[in-house]
Amino acid sequence: MGDFLTVILDPDLPFLRYALLTGIFASIPFGVIGTFVVVRRISYIAGAIAHCVLGGIGLGLYLEKGMGVGWFGPIQGAVLAALLAASVLAVVSRHAKQREDSVIGALWAVGMAVGLLFIAKTPGYVDPMSYLFGNILLVGKNDLLFVLALDVLVFGAVWIFYNKFLAICFDEEFARLRGVSTGWFYLFLLCLTALTIVLLVRVVGIVMVIALLTLPAAVAGNFSRNIFQMMLVAVLFCVFFVVTGLGLSFSLDLPSGPVIILVAAVVYLCTMVFERLRH
Amino acid sequence: MQPIGPFQESAVFIKNLNFSYDSRLILEDVNLDIFPLDSICVVGPNGGGKTTLVKLILGLLHPDSGTVQIYGGSPEDARLRMGYVPQYAQYDSSFPISVLEVVSMGCLGRSFTGRYSREDRAQAMDSLEETGLADIAGRPFASISGGQRQRVLIARALAAKGDILILDEPTANIDHESEMHFFELLTRLNQRMIILMVTHDVGFASTFFKRIACVNKQVKIHPTSALTGDMIREMYGGDQQMIRHDHCCGPEGHTYG
Repeated sequence: MGDFLTVILDPDLPFLRYALLTGIFASIPFGVIGTFVVVRRISYIAGAIAHCVLGGIGLGLYLEKGMGVGWFGPIQGAVLAALLAASVLAVVSRHAKQREDSVIGALWAVGMAVGLLFIAKTPGYVDPMSYLFGNILLVGKNDLLFVLALDVLVFGAVWIFYNKFLAICFDEEFARLRGVSTGWFYLFLLCLTALTIVLLVRVVGIVMVIALLTLPAAVAGNFSRNIFQMMLVAVLFCVFFVVTGLGLSFSLDLPSGPVIILVAAVVYLCTMVFERLRH
Repeated sequence: MQPIGPFQESAVFIKNLNFSYDSRLILEDVNLDIFPLDSICVVGPNGGGKTTLVKLILGLLHPDSGTVQIYGGSPEDARLRMGYVPQYAQYDSSFPISVLEVVSMGCLGRSFTGRYSREDRAQAMDSLEETGLADIAGRPFASISGGQRQRVLIARALAAKGDILILDEPTANIDHESEMHFFELLTRLNQRMIILMVTHDVGFASTFFKRIACVNKQVKIHPTSALTGDMIREMYGGDQQMIRHDHCCGPEGHTYG
């Protein structure tokens, strides 16, 4: 761990510092949105959005490298695809209750397929691995700005509309009867989830999005009496997972994404066993 | 005697209402008039349309034809005047939320952001006092008994400060003592608001309610005193049938019960 600290503080090696800062600041939306995803039980929807992100990344790469479009790259594509998928899923959950899981499954696969096709047609070699499995060590200054912007957005939205978000997660029908526009708030929640997922894709990759989104919140759920506490604890656990995972991956010379996920999974398992023993 | 038009004083006015779900007729030519401080019990077999009727009144469903008016306007416009108490069993028992937070939800919809004012907080505490739950306000909703959860949901509906209280099968799964308290509470509340309660337990209906609405595709209103064996047989289609209704839990039988 001593080595890790030296490298973090080394002015010639900014990448690890960026990675660490990104991880720490990204934990805020991960913990806050993850809590909603866990209590509203929409991790499958989060999974579908994550896989659709590859479609957007593929489109971005194709337009940027194949067509020479300067203003539309993978990150723009990812944001667009995530928001689009969130909107489609919000509409579907409202109008096609019994078919919702089929649509989620279809969207999940179609997003991947579209992305892989675009990548295949993009000139030059593109390695989909870094998108599928993520690499926090590749994040730069722009990513850090994206993270900070998302922090402000998620924190602000949840601060202002906390009671309404809580109500649509706990009892959507009652919220609607109290005059809350539940359809719009659900869409808003899914869009915040979508933006968080774009960030998660950068950190741990598409395949492991659900784990880092839901594990900190699931762990926190064991210790929390209300949603606010759960969010706070989830953010702290998320910071712990990312920092420990990064440190371990550095000292053991292993890819960061999988190590972060395994740290999270081990802690989750421990808290579950602990809960069992306590009752 | 069917009403001919919305009376000046009627709170809920339903006229010639038809509703079908997936081309299956659930409610046919329903006429119903509910007055201020009325207490009305909605009974009938599962699948007979009780919950559908409630959802039409709340404006969660819309009739194929006919009229639903609440205080002379649409149900959507009158939503803030109605307090709804759903069945507590539908809630996720691992959801981390306190009793006070659940009750406070009754105050949502008074501001754009949904943040609670000082009056909202006072209102929530008053509702907890009224339902005898003030001392468990800080407890997790998941950790209290079924009867207490039912009262929490009533407190939430009271915090909404409506003048119509609508309860869906509130006596299901609560013990006898909770039930007694429950009817004492309803009697008190009925002095200032309309009580409309769905139940499949006809026994209760006769003790507290002024009127009974028997719902089995059609809606027939009876004064409680007229509740006889013949009437029960008529609305459930005979004693044998009634027993079978309780046991025949086909998927279509419960969906729109």
